[in-house]
Amino acid sequence: MNSSVFFDISAGAYIAAMITYVIYLVIRNGTVGLVASGITIFGFVSQTAALIIRWINSYDFWMSSHPMSGFMEALLRGAPLRNLYESLIFFVWSIILGHILIEFKYKNRSLGAFVTPIAAMALLFIDISGTSKEIQPLIPALQSNWLLFHVLLSFLGYAAFGVSFGAAAAYLIMVTESKKEIPYIIGSVITGIFIVVLVGMGIDFLSLSAAERAQLIQSHFLRASLRSASGGVAAVSWVVSIAFIFVVWQFGLGLKKVLGGLNLTHTMLDEIEYKSIAVGFPLFTIGGLIMGAIWANSAWGKYWTWDPKETWSLITWFVYALYLHARFVGGWRGKRVAILALIGFVAVIFTYLGVNLVLSGLHSYGSG
Amino acid sequence: MENKEKKDIFESIWHFLASVQLAIIVLITLAISSIIGTFVEQKAEPAQNIALLAKFFGDSAAPSVYNVFAKLGFMDMYGSWWFTTFLVIFSINLIVCSIDRFPKTWRFIKTPQKPMSGSAIKSLPIKKELTFKAGINTIKDEFMNSLKASKYHVSEATEENSVRLYTQKGKYARLAVYVVHLSIILIFIGAIIGIRFGFKGYLNLPEGSTSNVLYESQTKSIPLGFYVKCNWYDTQYYEGGDMPKEFQSELVIIEDGKEVLKKVIEVNDPLTYKGITFFQSNYGMMPNAVGQFVLDITPAGRQEKRIWLRFGETFEIPGTGIKGRIHDFSPALTRDRNTGRLITYSDNMVNPAVAIEFMPPDGNNYVGWILKRYPETGIIPGGHSVKFVDYWGVEYTGLQVSKDPGVWLIYLASILMGISLYICFFISSKKIWVDISGDKKTVSVVVGGTTNRSRLNFEREIDQILAHASHAIEGRSNK
Ligand code: HEM
Repeated sequence: MNSSVFFDISAGAYIAAMITYVIYLVIRNGTVGLVASGITIFGFVSQTAALIIRWINSYDFWMSSHPMSGFMEALLRGAPLRNLYESLIFFVWSIILGHILIEFKYKNRSLGAFVTPIAAMALLFIDISGTSKEIQPLIPALQSNWLLFHVLLSFLGYAAFGVSFGAAAAYLIMVTESKKEIPYIIGSVITGIFIVVLVGMGIDFLSLSAAERAQLIQSHFLRASLRSASGGVAAVSWVVSIAFIFVVWQFGLGLKKVLGGLNLTHTMLDEIEYKSIAVGFPLFTIGGLIMGAIWANSAWGKYWTWDPKETWSLITWFVYALYLHARFVGGWRGKRVAILALIGFVAVIFTYLGVNLVLSGLHSYGSG
Repeated sequence: MENKEKKDIFESIWHFLASVQLAIIVLITLAISSIIGTFVEQKAEPAQNIALLAKFFGDSAAPSVYNVFAKLGFMDMYGSWWFTTFLVIFSINLIVCSIDRFPKTWRFIKTPQKPMSGSAIKSLPIKKELTFKAGINTIKDEFMNSLKASKYHVSEATEENSVRLYTQKGKYARLAVYVVHLSIILIFIGAIIGIRFGFKGYLNLPEGSTSNVLYESQTKSIPLGFYVKCNWYDTQYYEGGDMPKEFQSELVIIEDGKEVLKKVIEVNDPLTYKGITFFQSNYGMMPNAVGQFVLDITPAGRQEKRIWLRFGETFEIPGTGIKGRIHDFSPALTRDRNTGRLITYSDNMVNPAVAIEFMPPDGNNYVGWILKRYPETGIIPGGHSVKFVDYWGVEYTGLQVSKDPGVWLIYLASILMGISLYICFFISSKKIWVDISGDKKTVSVVVGGTTNRSRLNFEREIDQILAHASHAIEGRSNK
């Protein structure tokens, strides 16, 4: 059986759910909200099925090349967390899981409009970045249980941070009075850049031949727009991007009315923002930093080498440590810490993608 | 007078070093300098970074910008004196802050909780008031039950006209954050032990050879204290391509002339002896080495036999009269797609193949290529099989060798950190006070609490306890 059909169904469902959630935000019709949740859960079930099928397939794949393996070994080596594609899929799965849990706990659907876009963007990224979807054999360095748990826990942590990003963005919109407030400016610019980069990658994708797409991630990043060789194209791209970010800033506050009409309170958003970090921080510390170091030590005899990927994980960790201390001891509240939550997630994205795209990290992992 | 001034200075330095503001500044500084370090290629050739800088500052300015950056230590950021200084400040900050705060936390934990009057409870951050028409004792019992159901151990104090209940949970969870911070310091100590008392080096060991040293650099060797021998090195590939599946070497530890340990190491599965660990790290061919061909020969329907041969040497397939001679070798044989000719496409042993000239008794000699990765190429007419096992003695295994006596401490600290982070975030320290007072007819109940964690959750919990108790009290008074 092939998992890709189920993946496609779930991708379609999440994008449909995103649209429905936004409609729900605007017209505030309970039935629409129910439909949005229904679509999300449907997508989640489908994606879970896809993950299980993929796992079974990778198990068979491992067994066929390592017939002497035991059941447990093949099960672990087959876990669908083996390359960029699979780890992004898992990220989407966990962030949707987090979203569903929050929806049940707080009995409030509005956050969906802020979390499903992150999932949809990740899915879109998978497609436009041209990452390979094939089940690939594992090179020796990746045949490690530490690595597996490292990836698993890191991504659960990233997903929790993603939820806090959504909550912080919604929070900022809710509490901002005027477009000129610095926290709002920072928040809207970050969101604008997010979208610009994504659209830029979409243009890369459309302008490249199929053969070039395969290596899109490494060498063609934003080459068709912002980093174009033609000065004219680059200049226009920059102008358009900056104009777009301006538009996000200008009209972002429009969402405030929408949010205000819902029974979302800013204390609730603030709490979700903090709680997700409280969940994400231990996961990321243990999974991202510690298990990563243990893996490096068992593979190369060095637990820390300051390579860009490791360093960026540490930077991410610093940002969230900063968040916790600023909030609990430094007496920072509300908007200021919400900005830190946004910056934290930017660091997460840079750790996972930026290091490969921009710094072309030394890590072999993540470049597949 | 002077003494007092000294004390003041000492105190203000102490407060500065204990402050979270300092921690925030240091964290931001560490984060920003780490970011710079990921953009500038670390410990690289100057030319590389000058080229990088030229993209931002132009060709003419790049060299001088480079010099400034190099002076600032950007080219070896994480080893620079000021990065180290910030790490030291960070540690001092953490230690001083913990020493500064710990006594207060400890006192907080050790001071027994006291009952509170209704008016005192009303000044707490979380408080609720209710009135009941029921007896004080009934109300007290039900609140007791309700609190017990939520796993609180309740104490009570009786005053004139009132009963006060008080209870707390999870007070030791307040220590968790100290353990988190301690584990960070332990990790630093572990890293320092590793740098001070350990070493990292490499050793390229040809198949069949032995060494009692490792190399820290081209010129600096470190004695191992025993001998290590590489029996063989081998790369295994996934079928149908050149994707490596496993890099393996068989290592033997020899001490006092005796073999004490033998292990096939792989990536992610090293060998450790006397605190020194050998990691499979790379491999390669030795230039100009002459090796031996290892063949497994199986005459049709008979027993397999292993033979070792040099270039040009002949062998016989037992009982058949067929002779063979090593004719040619290729480390990576393939068929050229365009010309159809056999070619060698790599200097590494990616697809090793041996050409053997077979000389049957009838004199019809022929040459056949036998590929190591495809044993079926070794079946020759008559159903005999010649398996190419290895061209031994021409490869070396590249070992990363390290001794790190600090690693156990780092692992221990990591476990501590994991557990204490969990406690810190998910186990809250909570106190609840209840004051039940009034005359026979109406009794007013004041409930309040404090927590070091999520207020919303705690409020919800208190609401539940209240609802539970009120429900039970009403149930009893209706009877
Ligand atoms: C990156 C390193 C650090 C990590 C991972 C870390 C971790 C933590 C965590 C998880 C908490 C609990 C936060 C909460 O209540 O939600 C905390 C609290 C705290 N941290 Fe840190 N910390 C770090 C560095 C520091 C430094 C350098 C200082 C020095 C002043 C510091 C001082 C404190 C204080 C005073 C508290 C509050 C303790 C309390 O609640 O009584 N931390 N830290």
